[in-house]
Amino acid sequence: MHVLFEPGFFTDGPVRLALVLGGAVAVVSGLVGVLTVVRGQSFAGHALADIGAAGGSGAFLLGVNPLWGFVVLGLAAAGSMELMGLQRARSRDVATGIVLGAALGLAALFLYLDASYTSTTGVTTTVLFGSIFAVSGSIVPVAAAFAGVAALAVVVLFRPLLLASVNPELAAARGVGVRMVGLAYLLAMAVAVSLSCLTIGAILSTALLIGPAGAALRLTRRPGRAMAVSAALGVAAVWLGILLSYDSYYWPPAGRGWPVSFFVVALVFLFYLASSLRSPRHGHRRGAR
Amino acid sequence: MPPVPARGAQVLSVEGVHVWLSGREVLHDVGFEVRAGEFTGLIGPNGAGKTTLLRVILGLEPPAQGRVIVGGGPGATSEGAGPGRTAERVGYVPQKVVVDPDLPLRARDLVSLGLDGHRLGIPLRNRGRRQKVDAMLEAVDAGRLADARIGTLSGGELQRVLIAHALVSDPALLLLDEPLANLDLRSEHEVVALLARLTGERGVAVLLSAHDMNPLLPVMDRIVYLAAGRAASGGTDEVVREEVLSELYGHQVDVLHVRDRILVVAGPHGPREADQAAGLPEPPGRTRSRGV
Repeated sequence: MHVLFEPGFFTDGPVRLALVLGGAVAVVSGLVGVLTVVRGQSFAGHALADIGAAGGSGAFLLGVNPLWGFVVLGLAAAGSMELMGLQRARSRDVATGIVLGAALGLAALFLYLDASYTSTTGVTTTVLFGSIFAVSGSIVPVAAAFAGVAALAVVVLFRPLLLASVNPELAAARGVGVRMVGLAYLLAMAVAVSLSCLTIGAILSTALLIGPAGAALRLTRRPGRAMAVSAALGVAAVWLGILLSYDSYYWPPAGRGWPVSFFVVALVFLFYLASSLRSPRHGHRRGAR
Repeated sequence: MPPVPARGAQVLSVEGVHVWLSGREVLHDVGFEVRAGEFTGLIGPNGAGKTTLLRVILGLEPPAQGRVIVGGGPGATSEGAGPGRTAERVGYVPQKVVVDPDLPLRARDLVSLGLDGHRLGIPLRNRGRRQKVDAMLEAVDAGRLADARIGTLSGGELQRVLIAHALVSDPALLLLDEPLANLDLRSEHEVVALLARLTGERGVAVLLSAHDMNPLLPVMDRIVYLAAGRAASGGTDEVVREEVLSELYGHQVDVLHVRDRILVVAGPHGPREADQAAGLPEPPGRTRSRGV
């Protein structure tokens, strides 16, 4: 038998990098995700994640770090969604779906070209399911900068975003530029999702955006506290996921190791299930206390 | 904190306002005044332009012509709208606010956003603000709701919390857009009584829109009657008369006094087609009898 903490765990370079980068990404996704859920923009979040597939595969084609592809295409997609109409819930979903469809078409083309004309193997897996142990050290400062900007945007716009999520008219009457605030938020969400794409993959990054936030919103009634809980749950899922993945080299089939993304997403799912058992809404509490 | 204006001081002046929306004149030469400590009813059928008028006063809709003066300074003018400039002086309760039960916001959080919801950054804990929020919730009889999620409140409870949100910054003017719609009779009575009390206690001027004037008759100091984009204002007895309203609607309407209720119905000659587009007077009460 071996213990979970292999002696090499904390001294291994890629593992340390993964812990730092994964932790930072989980914090940003957790903060941004609470407002995604509160504003009812989960579909847009998921779309931006899938759109990352086109960005990442395009970046491989150009030979640049996939993060640039995720971010550039994510911001472009967020901007297009806003231009095409995010004002009403219905046209918002239609605009999101149309941009998503177009981006997935690009992803199909880029992934095909990647596979046909470049010698890089496993591009599809890397883009779709992440590669946190293979992130190049040179991109970490860039990722950290993006993480900082997205987190800052959400913190700065916290109150106007909350007020607009209750009712846009209420916010507008208080002098909030509802549309500009909404666009800024969508761009921050695109950046957060891009960072998740880099670590756990384009397909799975929604899980890190929505899951911890959804669980946190069931555990607390206060918006600020929900953001803290959400970030903490995200970090727990990512760090535990990395630990389990590292350990899984000893699991069958021996010597292969299971992907981090699987563990992270499974843990997020478990957190959400556990949180539903203890929801503040149980008992139809009204007014009292 | 702005000083509460003396009762009777003018806090809102709407002068010759015209508004066009998608090629249609929604408001035509609308003018009236609202005074501190007074309860003004903005009455008119659906589609008469009530919401548009409130949006103009808030500075969210620039008038094509005319101007709006809030408190001492200009709010919206035909040169440009300025929601930021009027925000401190005008409280607003929009129509049809529906809140998701999962929204992680307690009644006290929403009231607190009435103080600083437009500010950037995360607020620090502040005892003064907390006391102000608590006192405001008590003032609207919602103290026991302070820690409830706003999505779990009943219609009447949510209206009280929205009123607290709008009033906590001590505005001189409180605008409410159809706050009585979808309330049961008891909640309706409670909200009206609360607003009447607040005008007296705080000296705030209330401008409340409704399609039925009857719940407001006991408390209304003044009425602004809006029909087909045109307005008449004054005391209820001066405005709610057949000749005044027939002129506004552009066709004969009858004003019937039934016990202590007033019913406005289309008269024997009926509305012309053009007026039907602008909206018939909504028959008060729950019956759907369209006078012919």
